[in-house]
Amino acid sequence: MPTTQELIAISPEIILALWALSVMFLDLLIAQSRKSILAYWSLLGLLLAGGAEFSLWGREEILFQGAFVQDNLSLFLDLVLLLATGLSLLMAKGYIKDLEMEHGEYYTLTLFATLGGMLMAGAGDLLIVFLGLEVLSLSLYVLSGFRRTEPMAQEASLKYFLLGAFASGFLLYGIALVFGSTGTTLLGGIAVAITEGGLLGDPLLLLGLGLLGVGLSFKVALVPFHMWTPDVYEGAPTPVAGYMSVVAKAAGFAAALRIFLSAFLQLAGDWTLLLSLLALLTMSGGNIIALAQSNMKRLLAYSSIAHAGYILLGVIALNSWGLSSVLFYLAAYGFMNLGAFAVIVALRDGEREYLALNDYAGLGSRHPLLALSMAIFMLSLAGVPPTAGFLAKFYIFGAAVQAGYGWLAILAVLNSVLAAFYYLRVIVIMYMREPAGQVAKMTHSPALALAIFLAVIGTVQLGLFPAAVVELAQASLFPFLGS
Amino acid sequence: MVPVANYLILSAVLFTIGVLGVLIRRNAIVIFMSIEIMLNAANLAFIALADAKGSLAGQVFVFFVLAVAAAEVAVGLAIIVAISRQQGTIDVDEINLLKW
Amino acid sequence: MEAFFWVVAIPATVSAVGVVMMRDTVYSALLLVVHLLAVAVLFVLLNAQLIAAVQVVVYAGAIMVLFLFVIMMLGLGRGEGVKEKLPLQRPVALLFGGAMAILLGVVMSQTTIQPVAGALTPGDVLAMGGNTQVVGRLLFSDYLLAFEVTSILLLVAIIGAVVLAKRRL
Repeated sequence: MPTTQELIAISPEIILALWALSVMFLDLLIAQSRKSILAYWSLLGLLLAGGAEFSLWGREEILFQGAFVQDNLSLFLDLVLLLATGLSLLMAKGYIKDLEMEHGEYYTLTLFATLGGMLMAGAGDLLIVFLGLEVLSLSLYVLSGFRRTEPMAQEASLKYFLLGAFASGFLLYGIALVFGSTGTTLLGGIAVAITEGGLLGDPLLLLGLGLLGVGLSFKVALVPFHMWTPDVYEGAPTPVAGYMSVVAKAAGFAAALRIFLSAFLQLAGDWTLLLSLLALLTMSGGNIIALAQSNMKRLLAYSSIAHAGYILLGVIALNSWGLSSVLFYLAAYGFMNLGAFAVIVALRDGEREYLALNDYAGLGSRHPLLALSMAIFMLSLAGVPPTAGFLAKFYIFGAAVQAGYGWLAILAVLNSVLAAFYYLRVIVIMYMREPAGQVAKMTHSPALALAIFLAVIGTVQLGLFPAAVVELAQASLFPFLGS
Repeated sequence: MVPVANYLILSAVLFTIGVLGVLIRRNAIVIFMSIEIMLNAANLAFIALADAKGSLAGQVFVFFVLAVAAAEVAVGLAIIVAISRQQGTIDVDEINLLKW
Repeated sequence: MEAFFWVVAIPATVSAVGVVMMRDTVYSALLLVVHLLAVAVLFVLLNAQLIAAVQVVVYAGAIMVLFLFVIMMLGLGRGEGVKEKLPLQRPVALLFGGAMAILLGVVMSQTTIQPVAGALTPGDVLAMGGNTQVVGRLLFSDYLLAFEVTSILLLVAIIGAVVLAKRRL
């Protein structure tokens, strides 16, 4: 039996699970014309879970025989996940109605996917990492194919599924080898076994860690394990693509942080070089291919790949500055990327989506507010001050320099300059170019406007007044690194 | 007594066969079955290592992997059924509206 | 024992190769059943009686029946097209697979596995009530959270399968 203390500490997860179930039951009672109530009901659940997270702040508890850890790190990551989920639900409400896929299951699966991500963020056992990842992935396989009769959505779903399951195989084999070397799957137990058993150079352990890394790299889409990303983003419903780009990535990095910090910190010398190479490939690959894209969703897909590369820099730096800037980056990235996806959702005429880059021509004069929001998101993604994206990059590159990875930081800055081309091109098209042929229309919806508004506020606020979030991020990492 | 290395090498061979199946075949359902071989190879490694380690944690892990595999099969086959019904093929080269 | 290992390991490998090589999907599925049964026998040799039983009942039984059912229902038995879209894929895949097999093989043949502190021998497990009892007790004590998460996972799978495959929602 779990103790009361354990149930309290895990209450955000319990609330979310119960809420997902309640959505399913409410779905049976509500007429099809009033399904949008479910969106607000789900948002209420997210708020409650977020409130529970806040009330747990400052605890550091190891629960369920070490399987789960509720500390500030997991709380911070959970809040990012919940916030991103909330924004994507606001975007999805009108979208799924217009595209005739407004079923309660959409909300249930989104909530369950977030729950999976939260389990990964708090995992104390590789088994929980694996199960959380599977809950997240299975929900996303279904969500990406949610337009069930649309061939492109089906294809996205199939590709995501096959490659995701393939990656799970690698992850699992890696876990098996780590278990073989250390005799446990508990993250804390692995660290102890490495110290006591003198396993620092154990080939079985290193091979296991490598395979585990391959599995996780697939999930967060690092080059060369990124092939699925653009196709899946393009085929999936736009709000789902936005959701995936933030939540799946944040959850993947959350699991990676947990695994590396709690279990394999002593092997840092072995994995940082490999990770530097991956970071370099990911940044450059993502940015270079993004330059050639003419579809907004594919452009953002490659841009999200490049951003994963930047985030990796903070993990490589492995000092308190670097790791807290990983957390800050994830928060900033959540706002700006979901904001950009929200603008794509807004540029829609009922069922018809305007996804080509050229559809954005003349947006500046026809829909000045929408264009301004998009410009802010693009500037932030490019890393122009005074936006959140600039500070996030500044912190992470600074941490890399401080940790002695100056060469990597220089290459990252060069990459950002390269990336500025395609982000600024969107702005140029919006303001400088006249539309040719059919003019893109905009859908008005209060929920969507709220999502864009919140994303703008978040992007600007984190850029101008980052102190509170930075302090929160640093407090989250205190138990791992000291000051 | 069979040395544990035998089991581990067998599991490595099976894992590689599974990976090759995924990379070489074009039929979605065969790719999927190859992934099942990969999971099964990991299970074999887990059980062999649990026996050598004298720790039942490995067996419990496999129990959960079996549940995960069942869940994956349910969703995967649903995707394949939906695609096959609509498009009449499950060849991943022919299902190619998006650039792969 | 040594001989018995080979009697099971060789069919397990051959059937796995068969799954990958067969042109007809039905043969692949049937060979996968053979493979899963062979591995279940290995589980018994490794003192994992419960998992072996679950493997036979759930995996080789339920899951593979589902596979065969889908293959038959959709008429997917026929082989795939011969034309290669990516001519280099096969050699590259074989090269990659070969390199991986060699790496895994070298590492694994060189490792010696040390028992953990407080290691249980099969005799200990028997004294504690047998494999099924001990594993079952672990599931509901140390692995309680994982067990609950699995229930959510299965629910997600049910919802997902219905959403994707039902004709009308």
